[in-house]
Amino acid sequence: MHVPDGFLDAPTSVGTAVLAAACVAGSLRRARHELDDKAAPLAGLVAVFVFAAQLLNFPVGAGTSGHLIGAALAAVLVGPATATLCLTVVLAVQALLFADGGISALGTNILLMGVVAVWVGWGAFRLALAVLPRRRWSVPLAAGTGAFASVPVAALAFVALYAVGGVAPIPIGALAVAMGGWHLVIGLGEALITFLAVSSILAARPDLVHGARGHLPALELRVPEAAR
Amino acid sequence: MSAPTRPGPEPLGGPRRTSTRMVVLVGLLVTLLLAGVVSFYASSHPDGLSPVAAGLGFDTTARESATAGSPLAGYRVADVGDARLSGGLAGIAGVLVVGAVMAGLLLVLRRRPRTAADPTAPSSPSGPSTDPDA
Repeated sequence: MHVPDGFLDAPTSVGTAVLAAACVAGSLRRARHELDDKAAPLAGLVAVFVFAAQLLNFPVGAGTSGHLIGAALAAVLVGPATATLCLTVVLAVQALLFADGGISALGTNILLMGVVAVWVGWGAFRLALAVLPRRRWSVPLAAGTGAFASVPVAALAFVALYAVGGVAPIPIGALAVAMGGWHLVIGLGEALITFLAVSSILAARPDLVHGARGHLPALELRVPEAAR
Repeated sequence: MSAPTRPGPEPLGGPRRTSTRMVVLVGLLVTLLLAGVVSFYASSHPDGLSPVAAGLGFDTTARESATAGSPLAGYRVADVGDARLSGGLAGIAGVLVVGAVMAGLLLVLRRRPRTAADPTAPSSPSGPSTDPDA
């Protein structure tokens, strides 16, 4: 849902840019608590994986496609603040190098996909995790739930921005129905990819999954005899 | 601390746990394959927002991006005719640039706290965190 230049008026674009900058600044400070020795290499991997996965459009019918946003996936794997930084780097490179998403709309896109989608995805993930049984498979299931929620909510956040500063006079209700409807379907793809990706990392190294910490028992078990 | 001292029935991570380096290497390989090869087979239909904008008639206000003249605009390498090669190279270039920027950012982020805090302190989190984790 990369917003191009010209959809939102200048004041709204400036407003979202300022808000996005404040959120990124906050994430820079907060991310230090998330980035320990194990999380840092994974954060780099998450950023490049999200970039690659965003290239893979899947058809959702009627000449429309969707692709992973990766906000919930990043939040579950490396924590929400680091996820915002990952998405910000991806969106900036896409706008500056690949002309995908407007330059004046970069703040809007970071706010929608790097902040709203991240925190909705993270919140829904935590909520689902609290409800689901304390088992290992609950983690990817909750991640898929967070991913599913993040897409239509980010789409509706765009609708809200358009209601405030949209350039064309269009019925907002119709926009909400169209954006919400299509992105519910795209959210299913987002949920599936997120479920599979989190499952893979969890199978190899459950201790690397930020969202699983505190959920799975005895993560850091060190037996001195086993080392020698 | 109240941490359990005995292994549960299913010790997580197991005795043969994959190293972080291996996880990142395999992940990077998958990522390069997705960006360089699989991306060619992605749907060419416009995604989510564009068809909605066209349907409601507000797509006409979109302006061409200021970077539309970039040699990598539209995920194609300019002057490379073959679509498969052009798209694949652009995808790999994007992965490398995102990786480089992210690596630089992570290096800066991870260096700062150690210079701010006591340099002789161990690299474990220094002091109690003031903001509660969500």
